[in-house]
Amino acid sequence: MLPADLKPERFNSYPPEARKLVTANITTLQRLPLAFLPSLLREAIDYDYKFPAERKAVDKELSKLGSLSPAQFNEWFQGFAGIHLSPEIENFDWVSSPAQFVENLSSYLWTTHQLDAFRKAATEYGNRLNEAVPPDAPPIPRLGITVVGQEVSSYNEQLFRKLRPHGAYFKNVKPENGLKTLLDTVAARAKAHSGAYAHWYIDGGKEAEHDPALTSVSYGALEGVRATLLRRMRTEIEQPGMGPEALRTTLAQIRPADLGLNDAGDAVLNRFRVRLLTEGSGTQIYSTTFAQWAAREALRRAQPLTLLVRFAPRQRQKTMNELLSLKPEQTELDPVGSLVDADMGAYYNWLNQQRLVGAEQSAFLVWFENHSDAVSISPAMPRGTESTAPTDLQQLLSWML
Amino acid sequence: MTSYLSSRARIGLAGTVAEAASSPLEISRQLAWTRREFLRTAAGVTLGGALLHFSPTARAQARPIKRRKVIVVTFGGGARDQETFAPEGQENIPHLMKELIPQSTFFARVVNRGILGHYVATASLATGVYETINNFASLPPEHPTAFEYFRKDLKRPSADTWVVAPSNGFNRIGESSNRSYGQGLGARVILPKHLLTAAKSGNADYAHLLRDNYETPFYTPQLGGGEFELQQLETILKLSAADFRAHALTLSSPDELSLYIVRQLMREQAPSLLWITMHDIDIAHAGTYSLYIEGIRRTDRLCGELWKTIQSEPEYAGKTTLFILPDFGRDSDEDAGGNGFQHHRTGDVLSRTTWMMALGGGMREGVIYDRPLDSTDLVPTLGAMMGFSASQSEGKPIAELL
Repeated sequence: MLPADLKPERFNSYPPEARKLVTANITTLQRLPLAFLPSLLREAIDYDYKFPAERKAVDKELSKLGSLSPAQFNEWFQGFAGIHLSPEIENFDWVSSPAQFVENLSSYLWTTHQLDAFRKAATEYGNRLNEAVPPDAPPIPRLGITVVGQEVSSYNEQLFRKLRPHGAYFKNVKPENGLKTLLDTVAARAKAHSGAYAHWYIDGGKEAEHDPALTSVSYGALEGVRATLLRRMRTEIEQPGMGPEALRTTLAQIRPADLGLNDAGDAVLNRFRVRLLTEGSGTQIYSTTFAQWAAREALRRAQPLTLLVRFAPRQRQKTMNELLSLKPEQTELDPVGSLVDADMGAYYNWLNQQRLVGAEQSAFLVWFENHSDAVSISPAMPRGTESTAPTDLQQLLSWML
Repeated sequence: MTSYLSSRARIGLAGTVAEAASSPLEISRQLAWTRREFLRTAAGVTLGGALLHFSPTARAQARPIKRRKVIVVTFGGGARDQETFAPEGQENIPHLMKELIPQSTFFARVVNRGILGHYVATASLATGVYETINNFASLPPEHPTAFEYFRKDLKRPSADTWVVAPSNGFNRIGESSNRSYGQGLGARVILPKHLLTAAKSGNADYAHLLRDNYETPFYTPQLGGGEFELQQLETILKLSAADFRAHALTLSSPDELSLYIVRQLMREQAPSLLWITMHDIDIAHAGTYSLYIEGIRRTDRLCGELWKTIQSEPEYAGKTTLFILPDFGRDSDEDAGGNGFQHHRTGDVLSRTTWMMALGGGMREGVIYDRPLDSTDLVPTLGAMMGFSASQSEGKPIAELL
């Protein structure tokens, strides 16, 4: 089937809000090239489980596409229209399974050497869209905080090498009550600028006590979910003919209820949590990977005003077989390796924050937990500088914001 | 929208290659230039382009060597410049920087235009054609491999060319499905993990040597192991299962196990064309930066050890050319569609632009070239050096090595 043949009833299997969205915009969808449309439907089909920022972006995108003249439409989509698709790809049920279609399309583009053309078309489209409907600026500058090095008593290598050039490195920060200070700061922002999914706390271990106004996700709280998922993965792997691609498809179909997460809770957040585990690579077994990927996805999708990420020690490397089978009481931790992971993770958290609108005003703090090292980045902080003056996290935050 | 279409960077990131360059071609050129400059300053190598232009001795240095041997190493599953050749990464590759590069002809800009999956990309390196087979399926390459050209054209026995590779899918890389070549004309393939599976017994802990496919960390292919593998151990490698087991316990990674097998092969079989695929670095797919760095450091050390082995084995010393090259890179930090070092999925320029070094057997030492090469140029170059015709390859022989 081609986009021009779309009928509203084809979307009957979509969740209610998603169905309403696509049927209201069906004339726009009918005009889109097949190399592009399933990517949009992949977002639309999850509309009911999207964060507010994502919903707004999809709404604005569809509204803009609906307003394009025929000439503009051709200009925006000529790159996608030039992608050659096989009959097999065209005949796939991309309406019901747009995500799987995109997976297949990706593989097809690689094998037919069209990935670069697709990439160019996609980049140009993204640039046009950003220009035509720029995202809303945040009401206050964003604040990112990353805490690294839990359970590391001493570390002699240089920390924060990638972040130091972008801000001020403080070597004499009083560590007392540091984590509480940071959590209180995040809570205060949440109270002063409330909004759904606007202030996050992600922990790679067990969550510290925190204000319930924060959206929280942690590796520790998902222990039962992870165990259920790993059992399921082991079962699937043992099925005859099961390969990586089939496993990926199976994982993509897992819903929160399948893993014991009650949909009566926060359905949007539960879906997010499950996706971290079913779509992330390594998130099921390494807490440092979980924390970094959760932060990346929270920033990309929810675009929070505040994000506190605390890394925790991950388990020591073993074979994947062993890692999939380990019971919690059997895990041996690697705090120093985790610090190295988290140091890079902090850099990625900053990079991903800088990808959001308002980046030039945003602030970022990374702290070596229970130690005296921190880097603070904001328009108010001189770049590439070092300070040995005694200070504390409260003071650092006050200088940054 | 897809990750390509959303979350795009809205500000430039100071000091990045991507910011300084405006087009993929320019980014690739810039990347090669910075890699060249790093090497010129850190390893003291000479710019080859200038040499070629001005020096009367600039012509081919690969003197004819009777019964030349060639060893190709694919560098471990993809590593990026910032963890290797950039100033901050050089601490991770001391053996390459201080021992191998000064003795090498180094190419700073090798572009892989094919599919960035390890099996299919390695198959492409081995055939000189961008293969399109399913990366995760157990399929042979569709075009003749260097091993088949070598054996057919030079009438060499099967024991004269070997592949040592990780287990996932690579068992079919020795010979293609091409009708004019294929069955019975390829390389013999040794999968050290299969050997260990066959040889291990009791409760000894070999698990760290049997690590799995990193590209899908939660997928574990079944490892075989049986009579054939044990036969390989005893008759070809001249190793008893007990000795093999005992030595394996002293090793720390699958690539170390591979190098152990390679040394044994060199000693017992002395193949003329030997291909080794390293894979430890690909642990990066699990998202753990520290393990990725450990993988790079280990691979660097193993390359240094291999070079020393070449110098110390009478069958190889003085007549062996060693090629080291990654199959491709990894995603850049700047591409919002990826997740930095973790994967090689965006197809961005940095993940496609890698390097290659050739040393020994008359290769010019301490010279660097930054003209663009193609990954597929390797096989016809091997052909020109060894005397076979890579007739179906899409690449071109590298003039600087001939």
